[in-house]
Amino acid sequence: MLPRLVLNYQFQWNVVLSGEYLDWIIKGLVVTCQISAVSLFFALVIGTALAVMRLTRFKPFVWFTVAYTEFFRNTPLLVQIFFWYFGSDGLLPRPLLVWLYERDFEFAAGVIALTVYTSAFIAEEIRSGINSIPKNQLEASRACGLSFVQAMRYVILPQAFRIIIPPLISQSLNLIKNSSLCMTIGVAELTYMARQIESYSFRGFEAFTINMVIYLAISLLVSLAINQYNKHFLRMAG
Amino acid sequence: MQWNVVIDNFDYLLFGAYPEGPLGGIALTIVLAVISIFGAFWVGLAVGLMRLSKRRWLRYPAMVYIEIVRGVPLLMLILWFYFMFPVFFGTALPEWDSVIISFVVFTSAYVAEIVRAGVLALPKGQMEASRATGLTHFQAMCYVILPQSLRNMIPSFVNQFVSLTKDTSLAYVIGVVELTRAAEQVNNRTLSAPMEIYLTILVMYFIICYVLTSFSRRLERKMARYQARG
Repeated sequence: MLPRLVLNYQFQWNVVLSGEYLDWIIKGLVVTCQISAVSLFFALVIGTALAVMRLTRFKPFVWFTVAYTEFFRNTPLLVQIFFWYFGSDGLLPRPLLVWLYERDFEFAAGVIALTVYTSAFIAEEIRSGINSIPKNQLEASRACGLSFVQAMRYVILPQAFRIIIPPLISQSLNLIKNSSLCMTIGVAELTYMARQIESYSFRGFEAFTINMVIYLAISLLVSLAINQYNKHFLRMAG
Repeated sequence: MQWNVVIDNFDYLLFGAYPEGPLGGIALTIVLAVISIFGAFWVGLAVGLMRLSKRRWLRYPAMVYIEIVRGVPLLMLILWFYFMFPVFFGTALPEWDSVIISFVVFTSAYVAEIVRAGVLALPKGQMEASRATGLTHFQAMCYVILPQSLRNMIPSFVNQFVSLTKDTSLAYVIGVVELTRAAEQVNNRTLSAPMEIYLTILVMYFIICYVLTSFSRRLERKMARYQARG
């Protein structure tokens, strides 16, 4: 039996879009941006390091990076968040944990989980970007007398990053969307705030719709940026 | 280390309270993923073909659908459907139905993009040749284009299934007792071994997803040989 459509619901957008609730939404948006930015920074650093480690062809490095990327790409982010939040007791060094507990452990656990998860994806993007640079570039730079690190730093990575930027941007977009999962451990980001507005005002539908519009606006802006970049880059390339 | 907590509750992580109670745990995760991918395949196929249509009134709604769904976090979508239903229909939908609808809607947008890419990847001559032999556009799609392109899409579908399996963990937020929720219940009951429990279910998810991922990679390599080229 299908439920019958009844439309006697009074939409109250102005309740959600004014006063305290509006403040909450803005606060949530700020936290979403903060957690995404911090995680993106660390994920880029770790992702690049992993990609370069993989390319060294030094066996233990390669095994480590393959295990890292495969494991974290093939497990749900939500469980990873829980793992870091509830289970990192015995894993992280004691002084660091104490330091984090005194501040904002939810935020920190969210950042750790998002960083580890995203860096696995970013490492793969960077690796395929580096692989798309012809091999003789590296050979030529080595022949000129550059060390491996110098060749990477001055020849390969600058070229690779130009190719990697569009997929990297879409990874950061995924990161912003994924940061919504941090609400489950109580990070007060956008989704968490919508949930809170729902439980204070029973205006769940309005709150979640407004949040969806915010996420949508962010992702449309970002995909617009990718398109512009691609156009610009294609014009430069030929 | 308290691995005995995990060992004692391992059957709960596998099947939930079944057969005495409702099915749960990893069995429910798999059921959820299989049902959702089945629904998402048909919806996604329809939306993907609409997206490819030359008629604007078919193409634009499909574009809007894909852009909206792909621009929003799945968690948001799950909560939105869950709270939308009482608003429009007066009664709440059971968590199970609501979460399946969310998964189907979410995954179908990605499937639609796979379908679009798969159809566009076929050489143009295939369509032109079938139209030239007198098939209608619809017949050409059904008998010539889709059978070839769908086969090429299988690896992407498997990858999508892997993401979906990971995403079923989000059913947790509205209280479906799949693997993640089951683990949380075990954790709340025992409160002594969170790391062991979450590590165990990470490995359980990993086994399923990794097997499927390596399968799709093998398939991809195998299928590259039979590709029609333009």
